[in-house]
Amino acid sequence: MKRKGLLLAVFSAFLVLLTGCNNLAVLNPKGPVAKTQSNVIIFSILVMALVLLVVYILYIFMLTKYRASKAAPDYEPPHEEGNKWLEITWIAIPVIIVAILSVVTVRSTSAVEKVPEGYEDQKPLVIYAASSNWKWHFSYPEEGIETVNYVNFPTDRPVEFRLYAYGPITSFWIPQLGGQKYAMSDMVNELNLVAEHAGSYMGKNSNFSGEGFAHMEFEALAMTPKEYDEWLEEVKTTAPELTEQEFDSLLKESHVGRKTYASTHLAFSPAPEGENAGHNHGGSEDMDMNSESGEMDHSEMDHSDMDMEQTETDNAGAADHSSHGN
Amino acid sequence: MKWDEFFVTGEPMIYGAMVSIVVASLAILIGLTYFKKWGYLWREWLTTVDHKRIGIMYIIAALLMLFRGGVDALLMRGQLAMPDNGLLDGQHYNEIFTTHGVIMILFMAMPFIIGLMNVVVPLQIGARDVAFPRLNAVSFWLFFAGAMLFNISFVIGGSPDAGWTAYFPLASLEFSPTVGNNYYSIAIQIAGIGTLMTGVNFIATILKMRAKGMTLMKMPMFTWSVLITCVIILFAFPVLTVALALMMFDRLFGSQFFTMANGGMDMLWANLFWVWGHPEVYIVILPAFGIYSEIIATFSRKNLYGYKSMVWSMVVISLLSFLVWAHHFYTMGHGVMVNGVFSITTMAIAIPTGVKIFNWLFTMRKGRIEFTTPMLYSLAFIPIFTIGGVTGVMLAMASADYQYHNTMFLVAHFHYVLIPGTVFAVIAGFYYWFPKLFGFRLNERQGKRAFWWIIISFNVTFFPLFFLGLKGMTRRMYTYSESTGYGPLNLLASIGSVGLAIGFILLVYNIYWSFRYAPRDTTGDPWNARTLEWSTHSPIPEYNFAIEPTVTGLDPFWEAKKGGHQLYKGEIEEIHMPNNSGQPFILGIIFFFFGFFMVFSWWVPAIIAGIGVVVMLAVRSFERDHGRHIPVKEILETESRLRGEQA
Repeated sequence: MKRKGLLLAVFSAFLVLLTGCNNLAVLNPKGPVAKTQSNVIIFSILVMALVLLVVYILYIFMLTKYRASKAAPDYEPPHEEGNKWLEITWIAIPVIIVAILSVVTVRSTSAVEKVPEGYEDQKPLVIYAASSNWKWHFSYPEEGIETVNYVNFPTDRPVEFRLYAYGPITSFWIPQLGGQKYAMSDMVNELNLVAEHAGSYMGKNSNFSGEGFAHMEFEALAMTPKEYDEWLEEVKTTAPELTEQEFDSLLKESHVGRKTYASTHLAFSPAPEGENAGHNHGGSEDMDMNSESGEMDHSEMDHSDMDMEQTETDNAGAADHSSHGN
Repeated sequence: MKWDEFFVTGEPMIYGAMVSIVVASLAILIGLTYFKKWGYLWREWLTTVDHKRIGIMYIIAALLMLFRGGVDALLMRGQLAMPDNGLLDGQHYNEIFTTHGVIMILFMAMPFIIGLMNVVVPLQIGARDVAFPRLNAVSFWLFFAGAMLFNISFVIGGSPDAGWTAYFPLASLEFSPTVGNNYYSIAIQIAGIGTLMTGVNFIATILKMRAKGMTLMKMPMFTWSVLITCVIILFAFPVLTVALALMMFDRLFGSQFFTMANGGMDMLWANLFWVWGHPEVYIVILPAFGIYSEIIATFSRKNLYGYKSMVWSMVVISLLSFLVWAHHFYTMGHGVMVNGVFSITTMAIAIPTGVKIFNWLFTMRKGRIEFTTPMLYSLAFIPIFTIGGVTGVMLAMASADYQYHNTMFLVAHFHYVLIPGTVFAVIAGFYYWFPKLFGFRLNERQGKRAFWWIIISFNVTFFPLFFLGLKGMTRRMYTYSESTGYGPLNLLASIGSVGLAIGFILLVYNIYWSFRYAPRDTTGDPWNARTLEWSTHSPIPEYNFAIEPTVTGLDPFWEAKKGGHQLYKGEIEEIHMPNNSGQPFILGIIFFFFGFFMVFSWWVPAIIAGIGVVVMLAVRSFERDHGRHIPVKEILETESRLRGEQA
């Protein structure tokens, strides 16, 4: 039958493409997080291919053997209620498969949420990534610099991205370094990535956020530590300061090109974390609650009184922040 | 508001659409007047409470919406066929994928399924109508009012543009200031009330009106699937009702449920939406499973394998469907615990679904498989849907989902689930039950030709999207540059979409051709089928069964044909039937205008229309209508006429 031939062709094309996955960004990882995810994906594809194979073999068998054109003219199909053992088989085997996949899922999810293995001892580079309209702002609080629409960081050092949004929900994604996470206006999400190879990687917002969404890309450039330090030095000496006025006008723009500043917006427009948070879903365990507290004004966040009360109780039990679900 | 804001202006395609809408409406009006069909239309269709006619109207509406949603899809594929293409601008593309999603799910898949439910369920259980025929008509007209209100948005005021998921804050007044998302919140609300009432109606029908001897475990599988679906509707749709009401308050009355400031929670919308949205997927898939069960059993000439496990697997799926919603946003930053739990519940759905796949395969074992058009769609469903299913398991794994989320991989997955799962099923059901409704079969040769076009083109269209997703192409991008390397696979997908369009055109042509030329069926049972609906005449008399059937087991008509069982015992008696009524239609029109005025915040007319709704409800409450009785003589005449024609 034509269909079977087609499916077979499609399936083998699939396998061929899998072996040459260099042009499939997700299966061409450049860091441990993406590597874990790529392994999970390939493992699940293999398991699922097995499932497909079983179904397809049974399917082809039934369709070729029991077609009416092959049956004797007086053949009368029997009445069958079902078979206890067969049914137990096709419940038990999927249960085992799901159990195996569940273990893989929970372990790998736990792995990709943490700082990647082998990098726990290093002090992570903290970079705030905030979206506004259809651009990305990257603030390096410890280095005191800020970039727009591109982000540079050293290889072989954990980078802790802290994600939030000015406006609609966006999703921060550098496919070759690791999976995505949402950036939202009322909380900060954390994403730990490491680049093990120097290079320029595509980064983008993957969550639809309005008219200019398709162009909301940035360059993620992993540099050797030496090159990174040189770049830092250059930025600190040559780039202008980011004033509040400049930042406000930036926020209003739809798209801008690359920008570089020798100070961050965090001082006058803090991220929605700690006492500036709108809400918290629970989850990211070790959020740094005390960063920059004390020196913020709340004009950006426009909180109501009720919300302030909430954040105060929040501070009282700051360590237990993650249990404060809304 | 100025007129040029009221009508959408500046787009040649939209002007074209406006002109064609006006021309088509005029043609219909003139045609009805010329052929003096106004009275016929009013008496036989607009005021009908007959479940069969309401079902047919649902299916016609669904086919119209399939056309509308299909044109949206073709425009999207046209735009993405080449890098940096200029067919559509960003805003227009955003509106089109939003309406494509809403229309295909809510105004195509749902009404098509509900249409088939209407036609088939009372017949399968040996009833003469649904439990509340008048309510059934109200359901239809509310659905129709909602669908029309949603559809006019693209010429009047602008369509919603925040995706069919309408995530906040993007869908809030701040980021989506046009009336588009007002249409979303109000049109879907009106249609949703209709759906909710359908759920109530069919639960009552199935529980209270089954033929004598038909216990729950002797019901046909399609009826079982409808019962479970209606229970899901009953639990899921109220969540949508609440979510849409809160959305409407936010957009029209300045409340702050989902806003960024003042304690609003954007994630609350996402949660509410998917607490409804995921069960919704099963609302359109479970009846499809029922349809396939009927067709595969009929054309294998065997009873359904593992009937009990088929029922139980649907019950388990319906329970699990409420426990998986957070898998739509693993990336929102839940901890490992939450994502882990939702991963496991999601993967667990594969188990009962797998049970069904194996039961269908074993139904065919030792059968006499006949490759009719409905059977071909059912057979194509198994391998293609399995691809959708296994990619679903892959997506369920949270760590990997961080890489698939929001990409074309996801788009490919859900089309691989919904098109073979729902669209093939409704086409198969349409071919299968068509002769019951109209008394002749659709042409098989043409049907098979359309089938091959559709299934091959489907795979050409959607399989490349898996790879585009892994390449990092996100969904809802209206354009991409050549350097991304997305071009060739997108072109392939676009070529496939043209093939799909050709397939659907062939299908529609088949309907037209068969109406004119197909030979009439004289038996009432053209497929040699198994369940009660085939034991009455086709086309079906309005009372369905002259004598109410008595049932002793599964597949009662099959047993009767083999001579083991007498279906119709006793004498013909007077039959009590409901009267037609124009009230549901009028109520639908009032709801349409109420919704329209609300969309534009025209309060005075909205209040007047709102009072109109209340008045209609009051009129109905004080109305005394005990229906009518068809005398025995008339029944005998009808029966002999139907038999006489068959001779």
